[in-house]
Amino acid sequence: MTTDRAHLEGEFFMSGDEACAEGAISAGCRFFAGYPITPATEIAERMSDRLPEVGGTYIQMEDELASMAAVLGASWGGVKAMTATSGPGFSLMMENIGLGLMMETPCVVANVQRAGPSTGLPTLVAQGDMMQARWGSHGHYSIIALSPSSPQEVYDHAIKAFNLSERFRLPVLVMTDGAVGHMYEKVVIQPRDKVHIVPRRKPKVPPGEYRPYEPDADLVPPMANSGEGYRFHVTGLTHDERGYPAMDAEAQDKLIRRLVEKVEKYSEEIIEMEEDGIDGAGVVICAYGITARVSLIAMERARSEGISVGMLRLVTVWPFPQKRIAEIARQVKAFVVPEINYGQISLEVERSAGGAAKTILVPHMGGAVHDPQVILEAIRQAAK
Amino acid sequence: MMAHNHEIRLCGFGGQGIILAGYIIGQAATIYEGVNAVFTQDYGPEARGGACRADVIISDQPVNYPYVENPSVLVALSQSGYDKYYRDVDPDIPVIIDEDLVTPDRTAGNPILTVPAWRLAGELGRVAVANVVMLGFFAGATDFISPDAIKKSILASVPKGTEELNTNAFERGFTHAQKTKG
Repeated sequence: MTTDRAHLEGEFFMSGDEACAEGAISAGCRFFAGYPITPATEIAERMSDRLPEVGGTYIQMEDELASMAAVLGASWGGVKAMTATSGPGFSLMMENIGLGLMMETPCVVANVQRAGPSTGLPTLVAQGDMMQARWGSHGHYSIIALSPSSPQEVYDHAIKAFNLSERFRLPVLVMTDGAVGHMYEKVVIQPRDKVHIVPRRKPKVPPGEYRPYEPDADLVPPMANSGEGYRFHVTGLTHDERGYPAMDAEAQDKLIRRLVEKVEKYSEEIIEMEEDGIDGAGVVICAYGITARVSLIAMERARSEGISVGMLRLVTVWPFPQKRIAEIARQVKAFVVPEINYGQISLEVERSAGGAAKTILVPHMGGAVHDPQVILEAIRQAAK
Repeated sequence: MMAHNHEIRLCGFGGQGIILAGYIIGQAATIYEGVNAVFTQDYGPEARGGACRADVIISDQPVNYPYVENPSVLVALSQSGYDKYYRDVDPDIPVIIDEDLVTPDRTAGNPILTVPAWRLAGELGRVAVANVVMLGFFAGATDFISPDAIKKSILASVPKGTEELNTNAFERGFTHAQKTKG
């Protein structure tokens, strides 16, 4: 095992994809299973170089179903694990992401979004998987998804995603995109002792008394790794606190409420957003990922025309910041929501605004980012 | 509030090292010169021969919009790349070409700066360093980034054992630019 390059440190000129891999390494990820797919391949490529250097394991699997299954297995083996993919692979991972949610398995999935449906535009940007991130696996659950808009933020989000996944025991999604993934910028990699790491919460009871799904007061159960002397059963079936299948409505009610509430109850702690000039603004742009950057140009141009416009950049997309949107809705005329799809997050903004302000979608079908002028035109209309 | 902004567009065909040249310029700006830079790229599915483009925006302000809108310079190492992009360049903006590979449209009015990068690289024994000759010329012909930062970035990016060859390639291009300037 070599540890010489265990932790790179300092300033690098790096792509979003490479930064994703480095963030994972900084967070302590030591297992990657995946299947190459553009524009996410560079994450796998870098992990295949880096994991052997830090004593980790890289496996190229036969497909995305198996990749996600291997990631869950590694996590139960006590190793921080991730995979990375793009739209078509994300679809294939949905079944086992659901299994990860049901078994409460900490792990990270990066989706470098490209235009779909199906194989779509393999190398070109989109933000069309935002609702799939929320609801793509069957059944009702809560999820955490982040949306970085620069390589530096991809690095930071990879670390944050691992921490959230351990804190709340679920797969956390880093919803980046082809533009950010393939864009190069300066990335600062933190010294190892400066990286904030949330450790796995281990059982405080001896093996004989361990009930794997008995939650702490915050609704999250401590997690014993396999091989540590604790014997237990995990399953995708509805289960009781012992982990055994419990096939009735009462058990379902108890379990699903907890799976949802363990995230929703702490949404204020999870949600991160960035605000610019919202107080006193007539119009607020609500954007995320690459589109938030493109929107800044439109915002500057609108301000130079004398329009009072603010920006709400969603850093966390799920859980959705509905409370903040509702507050802003009472102060502004309209939200302008540019996104590289035909209206996904705009629906959430509209719902959260509850009719107190208009929501104006600025769609783009994918393959490129918005022309800032198109966003500017929507801001002008919204300000009228 | 106008940022001190340079938008650099490099184009050519796959295999000429256009993408690496873009990376080297971006790394020179961010890591060795301490300013902001974004590097984006566009290329076809072919390993070699397809059209490719590297865009670098350098600024003393944060770069929000990561794509080149108004190039401050166009560097063309292939005719097809030149033909595709020269119309996006304002008439007062310099266009740098390899004179053996590109016949420019003189009616466009742009100042044309020429360097036989491919030929000079051949004289050094490896046409593979034509992109580094071009970087040397770029460093000598423009004042966007210090030549020293570009040189450091080259040496940090090329394979071990090729440092001398690449340094020579850089110097050849740089000297050619000095001569051109007279």
